[in-house]
Amino acid sequence: MPILETEVRWVKPPTLGLLDRLYLPAIAEGLSTTIKHVFQPKVTQQFPEERPDLPANYRGLHRLNRDADGRAKCVACFMCSTACPAHCIDIVAAPSPWPDREKYPEMFVIDELRCIYCGMCEQACPCDAIELTSMFDLTGVSRAEMMFDKEKLLSVFDQTAGVGKDPVRTKAGALSCASEPNV
Amino acid sequence: MAVVSINNTPVDVGAERLNLVQAAQMAGVFIPHYCWHPALSVVASCRMCLVEVGEKKPDGSIAMQPRVVPACQTPAKDGTVCITDSEKAKAAQGRTLEGLLLNHPLDCPVCDKAGECKLQDFSYEYGKATSRMVDPKNTPPNKPDIGEHISLFTDRCIMCSRCVRFTREIAGSAELEVIHRGHHSEIDIFPGDPVNNKLAGNVVDLCPVGALANKDFLYQQRVWFLKSDQSVCAGCSTGCSIEVDHNKDVVYRIRPRENPQAQGWFICDEGRFDYAYVNAPERFQQPLSRLANDTLTATAWENAIATLRSELADAGRKDGAAIAGVVSPMLTIEEAFLFAKFITELSTAATLYLGWVPRVGGDEHFPQDRKGNPLGPVKFTIRAEKCPNRRGVEEILKHFQGDVLGLDALLADAGNLKALYLTAGYPPRLGSWLNHEQTHTLARIPLLIVQDLAPSPIAQIARFVLPAATFAEKDGCYVNHANLAQAIHKAVRPGSMGRTDGQIFSYLLNRRGLLHADAVRQELAREVPYFAPLLDMPLGEHGVKLT
Repeated sequence: MPILETEVRWVKPPTLGLLDRLYLPAIAEGLSTTIKHVFQPKVTQQFPEERPDLPANYRGLHRLNRDADGRAKCVACFMCSTACPAHCIDIVAAPSPWPDREKYPEMFVIDELRCIYCGMCEQACPCDAIELTSMFDLTGVSRAEMMFDKEKLLSVFDQTAGVGKDPVRTKAGALSCASEPNV
Repeated sequence: MAVVSINNTPVDVGAERLNLVQAAQMAGVFIPHYCWHPALSVVASCRMCLVEVGEKKPDGSIAMQPRVVPACQTPAKDGTVCITDSEKAKAAQGRTLEGLLLNHPLDCPVCDKAGECKLQDFSYEYGKATSRMVDPKNTPPNKPDIGEHISLFTDRCIMCSRCVRFTREIAGSAELEVIHRGHHSEIDIFPGDPVNNKLAGNVVDLCPVGALANKDFLYQQRVWFLKSDQSVCAGCSTGCSIEVDHNKDVVYRIRPRENPQAQGWFICDEGRFDYAYVNAPERFQQPLSRLANDTLTATAWENAIATLRSELADAGRKDGAAIAGVVSPMLTIEEAFLFAKFITELSTAATLYLGWVPRVGGDEHFPQDRKGNPLGPVKFTIRAEKCPNRRGVEEILKHFQGDVLGLDALLADAGNLKALYLTAGYPPRLGSWLNHEQTHTLARIPLLIVQDLAPSPIAQIARFVLPAATFAEKDGCYVNHANLAQAIHKAVRPGSMGRTDGQIFSYLLNRRGLLHADAVRQELAREVPYFAPLLDMPLGEHGVKLT
């Protein structure tokens, strides 16, 4: 449907007076804002020298939790890869070598470039095996490097376990023991 | 004529002997059940199908029985009244489920059945969210060696005894039994006597829960990742209807599909487990042609097809009678038709031969006892002829040249041939289809074209090698031993460079675009009288009887 001519309201740009055209009042106003900020408390963080204090529920890099025996807690149920909206979790299951569980992940790969860090995997996990940590400054020089396999995800656990704050999901739940058994 | 009232809806069940589960199905009402299966005897042991039943008296009054009864065991008679949705019936079903779940481990996340488990489905539909069980659950040990292909997760079993009845009534060898009593009952085998009969894989499909697992598929995929396509088993001439379960172009599982016209409910283990060749890496991926330096080299499709076509046309111009084509009984009727058309268009004097028809032993009828003696009426047959489409190919050959010449005739005529196009596509289980001597005889033919799945002695000496496709990769139709034409559907793609056999013939015939099997089938039905019933007739799920 075309717009009717009667519905169109034409707006003219304001005409500038002499003072406006000199720009001096505007410069003074701008400088006053700048100078005001010099005396206000600083909010800029000097990253990377200074690390941000992230909220405890921050969703960063994944980790695969270990149980008390140091094994990955994952039972390869595929709930995380089923829940994953980005299809970034690739698991290969195999019969487990231990008597206390039926299967375990022979391969567990998360494509960290594909991941959208929504945290659905950790919500879906029935045994608190996968969690999102507050590690956010994730870099790599190739795509292959950003495919985090089981070893890498377990090493993230080793790095983040015991930090205390990281992550908040560490407490024992109704379904499972605490995700950091040794801490 | 018998009229049964299901939830106040009258339904005419005719003169058939049905139980209330079946009668309700006719009325569109589903009665949950575990132990009852249409192909097995009735035991009414799971108690899941409890319903209220009554009878309509001649004076019009209805007398309901005071208790709930199992629907699977109650015959649908004229005047039977069945109520499935009353408080009483629902409460009975809910309590049954609570009882079945008392000892069930609820390890759905790691159970392979999850997603297609009747215990999950019915618990969701008819059960409760909580259990009142406070005592520890029974945890009998798993039996991973209950069969060569089967593993038993004993704690998940709900004792429906379908597997036991299957081995007794359909397979006949009766390896499985129920041991112990009450809450301690378990499915087991006789010591040292695993379930290794040729139909054993069916107990996994029959198991309504995750107790019996297919070792071949165990932990390979979660079932909700799989996509299913209806197809027909290419293992023997029975032509069992199957579902091909696949994901990301890999076939993971073959399951039987009910077809009363073909095989009934089940499939044999040969058909169920022999699909690895579909995913095999050693298969030909693209055309190979022999160069001047006598090595087989990968060639682009356009070049391979163009050279092949011109060389065959040259051979046809020189001596039409020196051209021959071998039509494999592994081809679909559409493919066989296009191939026969291509060869006869090269020269009217060209000859077509029927490819190797593999036969292994004799037909095996089930149920049979341990010694192989038949037990009662035949319920399942594994045929000796290990190819799906001999009948269809024979009829096409009869149409094109009047009679069917076999491989023996080809070997006898091989001396006079200048060009031979061999189609094969046999599963590797059947072994080499040409022995050393036969290969040697055919090696003298200068233009030898082999279309096969994987490397073989004859492919080693061929001038051209074209990749063939398996049943899981093509659309088409097979005709089984009893002239039943059934559709097969493409489930996976034949590799990035692969083409289906029909597509290759379509290229050779200079037809444009992608092959449309239905259109070719219509062309075939118009041309060959035997296939006339397929004209404008969709094949449907159960196929169409020819003749």
